Parts: sequence; structure tokens; C-alpha cells
Amino acid sequence: MKRWTAFWNILSKDMRTYYLKPPNISWGLIFPLAWTAMFFIRSGQGLDSIPAMLPGVVAVSILFGTTSMLAVTVTFEKKNRSFERLLLAPISLELLMLSKTSGAILFGVANAFVPVIVAAFLADLSSMNWAAFIPAVVLIATASTFLGLFIAVAVSEVFEAQTFSNFFRFPMIFLCGLFFPIGKLPIFLRPLSYVLPLTYGADILHGSVHGGHIMPIALNFALLAMFCIGLFAVSLWNIRRKWIM
Amino acid sequence: MQAVAVEGLSKRFDEVRALDGISFDVREGELFGFLGPNGAGKTTTINLLTGLARADSGSIVIDGIDCTKKIRGAQHLIGVVPDESNLYPELSGFDNLCFCASLYGIGKEERIKRARELLKQFDLSKAADRKFAGYSKGMKRKLTIAAGIIHRPKILFLDEPTTGIDVASARQLRQMVSDLHDSGTTIFLTTHYIEEAERLCDRIAFIVGGKIVRIDTVGNLIQPLHDKHIVQFACESNAIKIKDGLKSHFPDFAFEFPNNETIRIESDSPISIAPPVRYLEDAGIEVSEARKIRPSLEDVFVRITGIEAKAMRSEKEKKGGGQ
Repeated sequence: MKRWTAFWNILSKDMRTYYLKPPNISWGLIFPLAWTAMFFIRSGQGLDSIPAMLPGVVAVSILFGTTSMLAVTVTFEKKNRSFERLLLAPISLELLMLSKTSGAILFGVANAFVPVIVAAFLADLSSMNWAAFIPAVVLIATASTFLGLFIAVAVSEVFEAQTFSNFFRFPMIFLCGLFFPIGKLPIFLRPLSYVLPLTYGADILHGSVHGGHIMPIALNFALLAMFCIGLFAVSLWNIRRKWIM
Repeated sequence: MQAVAVEGLSKRFDEVRALDGISFDVREGELFGFLGPNGAGKTTTINLLTGLARADSGSIVIDGIDCTKKIRGAQHLIGVVPDESNLYPELSGFDNLCFCASLYGIGKEERIKRARELLKQFDLSKAADRKFAGYSKGMKRKLTIAAGIIHRPKILFLDEPTTGIDVASARQLRQMVSDLHDSGTTIFLTTHYIEEAERLCDRIAFIVGGKIVRIDTVGNLIQPLHDKHIVQFACESNAIKIKDGLKSHFPDFAFEFPNNETIRIESDSPISIAPPVRYLEDAGIEVSEARKIRPSLEDVFVRITGIEAKAMRSEKEKKGGGQ
């Protein structure tokens, strides 16, 4: 019970201090809206293109929302030493890092639903498979958050975390089949697509929105879950190795 | 009973040996001082004892719990006040304390009550709702100490608590440390201020270059010097030039020259001030002051470590500001 008090208070402190601040709320709204508008205009196919675009916009909103926040909540706190206070608390490192990342996961999930709400007014989403879509959003948010954590732990400055994040984020947008099918990528780039977690998340989103998935949904979920576990485990190993020397 | 028992603790950072097999124990209810210059290994020791770093070898037992491999088991028993305030700048003083209490699983009502109680005790009630970032250095230190004791730890680790703050705040903090000690809290205090250690601590360890060179009570450390008679002369000009003459003229005295214009004479028997003054004036050196000195912990420290206390202080003050 005591450790859950700590868990909840770390999460709620981060929500109040970082995520629910007006700049972040506006960023969380404007960014997905801008992506939606950009791809809508680019497609030139009118409202019919919305279901095809939605998975990509949702995934990008989650990816950018989560990875950029971890640089602040973890790297910044490590830099100003307030993270030490958390390391001194009588809770396990696993629970501590889950509490530090839960805020980003929730932020990513909230970001994902901004384009969904907009799309609901402009297109017919009645055929969407929500039972696959919602868990996929949560899992993509978790994988992206843990990717952000992995980056945040690997660097020591906030600006390094942002730069390093872009090194992963931008190639991922174009290689994960979000906007261009993996089958249309040059053959030498395709193996790269399959080592990126977002590839599997994007495939579930495509499947749940308009039925256009390539791999079995269950396999996508399993692989995405494995990425989550792997990224979290590597990040914890890095924290123990680099921060508790 | 031992609150902390350390045996053969070693730590290396690349080529630098930060701690070289140190052993010591802190007794329950004791205020134990760790005194040494910058880079001696004081903060490294605290980091190892509190789980912020891992030892290369050696053992740590806190309140009977073996923390060598896993510190988590004892973390609810300890409070830590680091050398630099590490609270959240964007939170108010009150919110910082409540948040720190929640990390130890303290329920909402209890942590609000405790936070108010500590803010009052540390004279910070008026600043309770102000952001921590806007606090003065002294206020930051006070709130950091309050955060360190919010969960009523059995053992408190204080890393240089008075470094970089003004004299009045430092005095107030020393009183708070003393009150905590009186209330039964075991305190492990690192400092480079010898007078602070002398005034507060029950026992003191001198640490230099990652090794403990001496551990004892303040009384026992000073005892060998108690029977000594020391007189210090302040001269108007360079006195070192007649060093050899002084030594041959007063063979029963031991001479020290803390600087060019200061001579320190030590003897096992009472020293008559007149003969040395006459000798100095005959040599053309005017004496502006002569005073008998009570041996202090500083003398003991200098004797044991060979490090001048003033040098130690100014080195630290260059880094973090004086007190």
C-alpha cells in the first residue's frame, strides 16, 4: 500500500508539474491537429482519405507526445538532482520508473484521441475495430514512452535527449508503414522497418481503422509488448549502470 | 548498538581511488562527524551508505540490515540531506514536503500535518506557499533538512549542511542539528568546518585521500594537546628568517610558522612570553601581539593530516561560498 502511495504521488506530481501545464496541453492539441491538416491537404482526396490517414496521424501524435516529455521528466530531473530524491525512496526502481513513465503514457493516449475526435466529425468511423484500436493506442504509447526513457537515460542533457529522439522519430515515421506501405520501400530499407516497434503498432491501427493490416493482429500485439518489455528492461539496466555507479 | 557498521569499503572511479577500504561504525543516537578536505571521500561515503552508488568491495550494515548488495531494505530508516538542495524548484515549500512524505508512503492527512509542523519548526511557515526556486540559500537548506526528516528517520545523513550559507543561517542550522540529535536521531554529518564538527559531534573520523586516518571522541582527540602550552606571536615583519636562531636559542620549545609573520611556540611546560619577545625585538622584529592559545580540534587535525584548516576552508569556499 505504501509503495502505491508513492507511485500515485509521483505520477500525480508529474501530471501537475509537467503534463497539465498550458504549453503542453496546447502542444498536445495543436501538434496532432497540424499533422491531421497537413496530411489531409497533402492527400488531395477529400474526406475519403481520412480513414487511411488516421492511423499514421494517431501514431505520430503518440510518438512525439511521449518521447519529448521523457526528456523533461527524467533528464531534467536527473540534471537538477531532484531525481536523486526518488532514488532514495524505499520503492523498487521498477515501480519508480513505471510511475515516472505512466504520465507520459497517459499523455500519449490523450494525444492519440485528438485526431480521432476530429475524424469522428468528418468521416464515418462506425466500422472501426475499437477492441483492437484502444489497446493498440495504449501499447504504442507505452512502447514510445519506453523508447523515450531509453533515450533519456542514455544522455545527460535535455537538448541531447531532444536531438537523440529525432534520430529515432523521423526515420520511424517514414519506415513504419504509417504513410507509405512497407512493401513500397526500397528492399534494403525493409529489414529496418521490422526492427522498429511502431511498425507493429501502425499495422494494428491500419487493421482496426480500415482493415488494411499485413501481419496477424495477435502477432503485432505480441511483438509490440516484447518491445515494451525489452526497452524498459534495457533502460533500467542503464539506470543501474550509469546513475547508481 | 550500532546504527551503521562499515567494513573495508572501497570505491574507485576510473583511475581515482575515492575510498580505500574504510571501516567505521556509528552508534545509535550518536552524532558522528566525517571531517576532511574536498575530494577526501565524504560524499562518496554518503552515496554508498544511502544507495546512490555501489561499492566495489566492503560491507555496509544499517540498523542490522545488510545493505551491501541491496540498500532498499533500509531506505525507510534513513533520511538524506545532500550537499546541494535537490527539491523541486517548481513546487512550493509545502508541496515539496508533502511530496517527499508521500515517497515514504505517508498518508495525506498525516503528511499535511507533518509538513505544517516542520515548516513551523524551521521557521518557514510564511514561505510555505512560495515556490522553492524563489527561496534564499539558507531557506533552501532548511527546507532540504526538513524534507530529509519528514518521515522521522532513525538515521540522518547530512552532507555539508552549512556550506555556502550566511553565518546566521548556519548558526540556526547547527542548532537544529543539535536539537535533532537531542531528540535521539542518529546523525552522520560530513563537514569541512572543523569548529562545526568540534561543537556538534560526539565522535569524529578524519578522512583524507579516501582513507580514515583517525576516529575518536572530540575529548580524546584533543586530550594529547591539553597538557601542551601554546603561545602565538604576531610579528610586524618576516620572522621566518630567524627561524634557526630561535630554535637554537630556545631548544626546549617547538616552533611552527603558520605564515611569514606568525610564530607558534609549543612546550610541555608553561611559556614565559618575555624572553621570546625580547629575542625577536633584538633581531629587529617588532611583535604586535602575543597570546596563549587553547588547543583545539583544528590543531589535532593539522597534526594528524598535515592539512592546514584554513586552506581546506578557503578551497571549499571558492567552490560553494563561505559561511
